[in-house]
Parts: sequence; C-alpha cells; structure tokens
Amino acid sequence: MASCREDEEGLRMIESRDVVIIGGGPAGLAAAVELDKRGIHDVVLLEREHELGGILRQCIHDGFGLSRFGESLSGPEYAQRFIDEVRERGIEYHTDSTVTSLSPERIVKVVTPSGLYIYKAKAVILAMGCKERSRGSVMIPGERPAGVFTAGTAQAYMNIYNRMPGRSVIILGSGDIGLIMARRLTLEGCSVKAVFEIQDHPNGLDRNISQCLDDYGIPLYLRHTVTDIHGRERLEGVTVSEVDGNMVPIPGTEEYHPCDTLILSVGLRPENDLIKDAGIEIDEKTSGAAVDENLMTSVPGIFSSGNVLHVHDLVDFVSLESERLAAGVASFIGGGLAHDRTLQVIAGNGVAHVVPQHLCSSSAFSLSFRVRSLSSDSVVRVRQGDRVIVEKRHRRLNPAEMVNVDIAAGSIGKEGNVEVEVV
Amino acid sequence: MLYYTDVAVIGGGVIGSAIARELSRYDLSVSVLERNPDVVCETSGRNSAVVHGGFAYDTGTLKARLCVEGNQMMDTLSRELGFPFIRCGKVLVGNTDEDMEQLERTMAQGFRNGASGLEIIDGSRLHELVPAVNGAFALFSSRSGILDPFLFTIGLAENAAENGVRYFLEHEVERIGREDGRYLIASGDDLFSAEWVINAAGLGARRISDMLGITGYRVIGSKGNYLVLDKRLSSLLPMPVYPVPSNTYMGIHVTPTVDGNVTVGPDAINTDDFSYYGVPSDKMAFLQESASVLWPHIRRRDVIRTFSGILPKWVDAEGRIQDFRIEIRDDIAPKAVNLIGIESPGLTAAVPIARHVISLMRERTELHLRELFDPVRKASRRFASMSDEERGMAIAEDPLHGHMVCSCEEVTEADIIAAIHNPLGVSTITGIKYRTRAMMGGCQGGFCQMKIEQLIEKETGKKAEDVCYMRSGSWLLAGKMRKA
Repeated sequence: MASCREDEEGLRMIESRDVVIIGGGPAGLAAAVELDKRGIHDVVLLEREHELGGILRQCIHDGFGLSRFGESLSGPEYAQRFIDEVRERGIEYHTDSTVTSLSPERIVKVVTPSGLYIYKAKAVILAMGCKERSRGSVMIPGERPAGVFTAGTAQAYMNIYNRMPGRSVIILGSGDIGLIMARRLTLEGCSVKAVFEIQDHPNGLDRNISQCLDDYGIPLYLRHTVTDIHGRERLEGVTVSEVDGNMVPIPGTEEYHPCDTLILSVGLRPENDLIKDAGIEIDEKTSGAAVDENLMTSVPGIFSSGNVLHVHDLVDFVSLESERLAAGVASFIGGGLAHDRTLQVIAGNGVAHVVPQHLCSSSAFSLSFRVRSLSSDSVVRVRQGDRVIVEKRHRRLNPAEMVNVDIAAGSIGKEGNVEVEVV
Repeated sequence: MLYYTDVAVIGGGVIGSAIARELSRYDLSVSVLERNPDVVCETSGRNSAVVHGGFAYDTGTLKARLCVEGNQMMDTLSRELGFPFIRCGKVLVGNTDEDMEQLERTMAQGFRNGASGLEIIDGSRLHELVPAVNGAFALFSSRSGILDPFLFTIGLAENAAENGVRYFLEHEVERIGREDGRYLIASGDDLFSAEWVINAAGLGARRISDMLGITGYRVIGSKGNYLVLDKRLSSLLPMPVYPVPSNTYMGIHVTPTVDGNVTVGPDAINTDDFSYYGVPSDKMAFLQESASVLWPHIRRRDVIRTFSGILPKWVDAEGRIQDFRIEIRDDIAPKAVNLIGIESPGLTAAVPIARHVISLMRERTELHLRELFDPVRKASRRFASMSDEERGMAIAEDPLHGHMVCSCEEVTEADIIAAIHNPLGVSTITGIKYRTRAMMGGCQGGFCQMKIEQLIEKETGKKAEDVCYMRSGSWLLAGKMRKA
C-alpha cells in the first residue's frame, strides 16, 4: 500500500479499488472469498483489530459451523477456515486499519499505524458487526461502582487478555453471550448465582440454556430484572425485582443479592456509525441499513451484511448472507444490477423485523426475520396483497432464532408490497 | 513520610486546583491533598457544565461578583488550558405575567451585578434562537456558555502541576494540628507541615473547617440527578434552556454539552449523605416529564446514561441558603483560608475564587511572583481534533498515532499513553476516559476498555488487580486468570 502523501498541488493520493470491505469478521471474510471466486480480485479488506476474525476470536466455546461444515468448531477455528482461504487466494487485507469515514461517493478514509489512506471504491461492503447494549441504554438505576461488565467485554477480558472480571457473579439477560459466560465463569471457579431475564422467555438459543445453565445448576429466573445497583467502589450487590406483563417492576418483590460482578447480556445493536455518515437509510427496527434483495443499501454501490445489517443468531447464516451479498456486488460491478426500489417488504403480524426491506426485481432471494413472541404450531406466511407466495407451518417459533425463507425467482409480482406475518 | 510545604491545599477539585494554579504564579511550594485518585470524582465533574452570566445572584454577594468575573475570563482560560468552551448563550423561558416580572427583576439584578448581554426577547426571537422550545418569551443571556467540566478541572490541575505544584492523590486528611506556628496535617502514613492551609474540600469542607477549629457551619447537600441524551438531539438545542428561576433554585433545565449530547436536570433534593450518587428510577421519569414542558423532545430511548451530583450549600439556622464563605479567622486559625458552601456558580467562578483567596493571603503576607510561571497547559493534541494533514504528520512521527483504540471517539494509542502519563499520576479507567473521551461513545467502552486496562498495566507497571475504575478500592479485575 502506498503511503498517504500529497502531490505537488497538495492533493491527496487516492487509491482505487473495485471493492472495499469494511470489517474482517465472518461477514467480511466470507464476502472477500466469494468475490474472489466470482472473479473480482481488485478488493481490499480492512480490519480495525490486529487480527482477522472479528468477535469470533474471543468465542472459544464450540458450536460454530454445525450447519455449514457439519461439525462443531470453536469461534477461532471457524474464522480460521475463512482466514486461510483469504490468504491462499492472496486477497489483499490490512489489519490495524480503522475506517473513520465513508462518503456516499464511496470514498473511504482509513487510519493505520503506517499512515492515512483514502480509497475510492466501485462498491463498498459494510461488514462491521454489532455492539452490545450497555448499562446506560437499558437505564438500570443505582450507583456506578466497578464490576458491571457487558458479557462481551467480560469474555474479551477472559479469553483474549487472561484477566478475571470478578468472583461472585449475577447475570442480567439471557442472550447467548450471557449464557456462554455463565458457563465460562463457572469453569474458571467463579460463583455464578443466577441469570435474570426481564422477558417471559429466554433470549438465547435452547441449546445454550441446556448446556450452559442446566448442566451447571445455574438458575434462570424469567420476568425478573435488576432494579438497583449497590456499591460506591466495587459492586457489592444488586436488587432484583419481578416484573409485570408490561415489564414494569412490581413493588414489594425486591430481593437483594450480594455479588461483586454484574454481567449484562441485554442485546446487540448494529455498529452503524459509518452508516449515518454516508446518509444511508436506516431501518429503525433492525438499527441496520434498509437493503434490497441484493443487500444493497439506499446508496448505490454500498452493500451490507452480517450483524451490522441485522443481528444474527448463528454465524453460519452470517457467512451465507455475505456470500449472497458478494453475488450482488459482482453483478453491480459488472453493471448488471437493478437498483430501483419498487416494492417494500413489511414486517407484518407477529414479525419484529425483516430483511430485505425493499425489492428491485423479481429474482430469487432470501427473506430473514425474527418473530415477536414464542409460539408453537404456527404458520409463517409471505404474501403480496391477497396472493400467498410462501406458507410454511413451524412446530415452534422463537424470537431468539432467525427465520429464513427462500423466495423463488419470478414469484413476486410487479405491484403491491410484500408482507411477512405469523398466523 | 514528612513533607514540608508552604501551602497545603485540601481538595483538588475545580476550586482547589484553581487555587493551586494561582498559587503557582508565586514563589511558594504548594501541595494539594486530594482524597480521590483523580480531581473530578465529586462535584467538579457532576453538574450542568454551564458558564453562568451572573444575573441570578443577589447583588453584592461573592457569588454575583466572582461569577461575573469568571464568565469574563473563560475565553482566556479555555485557550490557556485547552478545554472546550462555547459561548452559546442561554435562555430563561417564561409564559405568564408573573414570569415576565420575575425575568425583568432577574435582568435588572444582572445589570446591577455587572453582567452584560442580557435582554428580554419575544416569542418569535426565542424561536429563532431555539426553534423547538415551548415558551412565549425569554430572558436571553448572550454571554452564558457551556464547557467541559472534566477538562476544565483537569486543565487547572495539570497546569498547576506543570508549574511545580505537587499533587498527593488518595490522601484524605484525618487530623490537623498546629505546632510552632505551622500546621501539621495527617493523612495515612504521611504528615504535612505547612505554613498555610487552604480548605477547598467541597463536600468535605465542613469537616476540615471543624478540624481547623472553625466550627458551627451548617452545610446541607443538594443532590441533583441528570439524564444524558443521545447526540441525535443536539441539533434541536443550540443553547441551554431554563425555566424562570425562583430565588433559591434554577429549575430543571436542558443543556447541550460541548460534545453534542444533551443533559436534563437537575432536580434538587436535600440530603445528608454526601457520598451516594445513585439515580433512582422514579427520578429518571420525573426529570423527563419536567423538562418536556420546556422542550418536548425527550424520548426514553434517547437516554444513554444518568448521573448525579451534590452541591454543598451553607445555610443559616432557618435553612436559608447563604453566600460563598471565604475567610481567614486570624483569631482561631491564622494562615488558614476557609471556603464553605462553594456550590453553583463555583465552576464559573473558580479562578476568581482562587484570586480572592490569594488577595486574603496577601493582606497578611508578602507573595513574590515567579518568572517561570507558564499559564499554557502542555497537553498534546488529541487525534480526534486534528485535520487529515496533521493526522498524517503525527502518524509519520509516531505510528501509535495511527493505532485506533476507541473508534467511537477516535482516540488513538498515542492519546491513551499521553493521558496515562499525565502530570498528576492519575491511572484510573475514568481518569483516562475524562482526559481522552475514550469509552464515552456509542459502545461505552465495550470494545476498548480492555485495551485501555492493558495499556495502564503496561505503562505504569501495575498489576491487573491494582487497576481501579474510579475511586480508591474500585478494583476493576480480580487479577490474572492463569500465570501464563
């Protein structure tokens, strides 16, 4: 890479690429490999950390790759399969490279220890992943002692930096990372006292409830939340209350639980600061970009996949989605991709959010969505007006699991918005 | 250990640090004793961060005079110390005839106090200034502003340290004695022998005053809770919006921060507990409701954080709030400057308060100016505030400038390391946060707190279990997991 210098007129050197991929986690890696397979070689992958792999690097538990590889891998193993392929194919990538801005003209500014770089790309792929919701965003009252960590921060301390966050632990929220951390902390000798979940159903996968809590005798209390945090220096304990049907704490149900560590697993949100910079339309429901069936955003040439688009449950689907995205990017660079948005896809009854949000053509695509509540023996229906396009009965639908529905080419008509619903 | 010092300043908050910095202009050895591991752990860092115009205080009081002076010098201080300060103006919004009378009285009082830039404006002018506010008219104070209270206090303290003041952090004063015309101050294993003592202990000032033998002050705590809102809302609020004030309370207001967030608060609840900063959930709802009357844009989902602060108010036997008390009681405690009830507008008035302290000292002793005093703080520029050209040059000089640690706020490894090596020797997580803005962004440190902790270990040689979050004893980690 040429260093950032100025020519005689004082203009900055700008490097051109067909594709700039922002983020070297599972989404960016899968997109890079798939683009290479499709003959797009003028690509650069940018990763802000020192290593490729994204959050998978700190997910040292197994269970990754069951659907893709038919075996249970650890996070680093799963990532390594893609990293190896990126290296074998000689795809250009740079670590320690933080993108600081993205313009609608697809100009990407990057800060690295070897200088500032500016790329002008035909296509940009947003693959920055997601961030955890913090204490502030769920407004937990009380004091601000040390010892309150998000689950991912605690996981990084333990698995990357060899540091123990605490000894006596309460976990708020039953998201998957929280469940994984309950087991991890227990195995490292901590006393994990309980997991409290404000909703009436667990937020993580069934297998994690069984393997991370049940197997270790860690109780899970549904319809409970932390209503006060105690301790001036280090956390001394939390007050937990039961909540009513509207998730409002019920007075008189307060119980004090001493602990020195509170782990928050209260949800993930797309890491989308750059999306705002580029003026890309955002879907308030996913907090990610609103995309079409090729995963292109409202700004032509800027695509998005993985957890920065919508939070996934399994990394296997992130890889799959990013490979589909690569197909669209390849067509876009070849000049053959429709991007006039003609129809909307609407999250109907019982559906929390859906991707894509827009359609430009009647080519085949995949719908991904999450349901709002637990149900059994219900039907997922995709319809355009009164015409049913796909209908499928599900033994069980769980908000913790993403649902994917493949839509065949030619099945969507030219008129009328498409609606996904649970009936 | 026994330390000899000319002046011992007790308390390193905005008042103690302003006094220390002013003292460092003179040929004196100055020591600051601060009980916390940093200088912004209490009231100095927990307030609305408004630079007041000086109209809200009774004419003839120290509060009025020193506030007007402080407002006037803030541009210079901001340049010297490198803290963000925006003279954005402020409005006090009213609706009724009674409101108008009160605002006119407030304006007249402001002019008597020497404040400038005050005018009553009608609704259309008000809505030009602040489009999204509810109100029929307002008192507009063009000279009011906002600043970064952390960097203001840190700037004063670090510049004082650069000019030779010694900071003793985590030094809580336990006893003060007097021997052979000098004060003996005990703190843990250390003893300080000082000719002068200055009580700038803020929330702890009454306790120190008692130790000096100056007893009988009644000080109550007034706790204010605040909400912090997302940057999304800053475009709707170009300046602080206040209700019509009563004689004793400014009211719940909405205030933009210099970083583009919005704060909502404070309520004012009397308390005897000067150490409890918890924000109860009913107070969160109350703040949102009360402020929405003035400025109807506050949604629960925009709240990113809450905080609270406590003001020490000196009251008389009937509970009426008094002026700042800044005194030397030659009869009881000669060569001890006693500051009681330093509350709002203490942030605005910090440097004039310091100069007032020195004028009291100079009535009793001769002080000689030093030639070497440098009012400009030597902090390195933050990467986030550099142009692309400057960034390129900085990285060429040191690649650590190009190593992003906090991408939300664009804080680099070079920024973090410079902050860890601050002149006060502060090495807490929040110490780095307030100096760099790392961990203040959207992910609230989720991606970078670990890296900052690692850098603290590496740069200071501390063990993992000795790294603190904010206060003494606020251990962040239980230690290493394995020996490897």
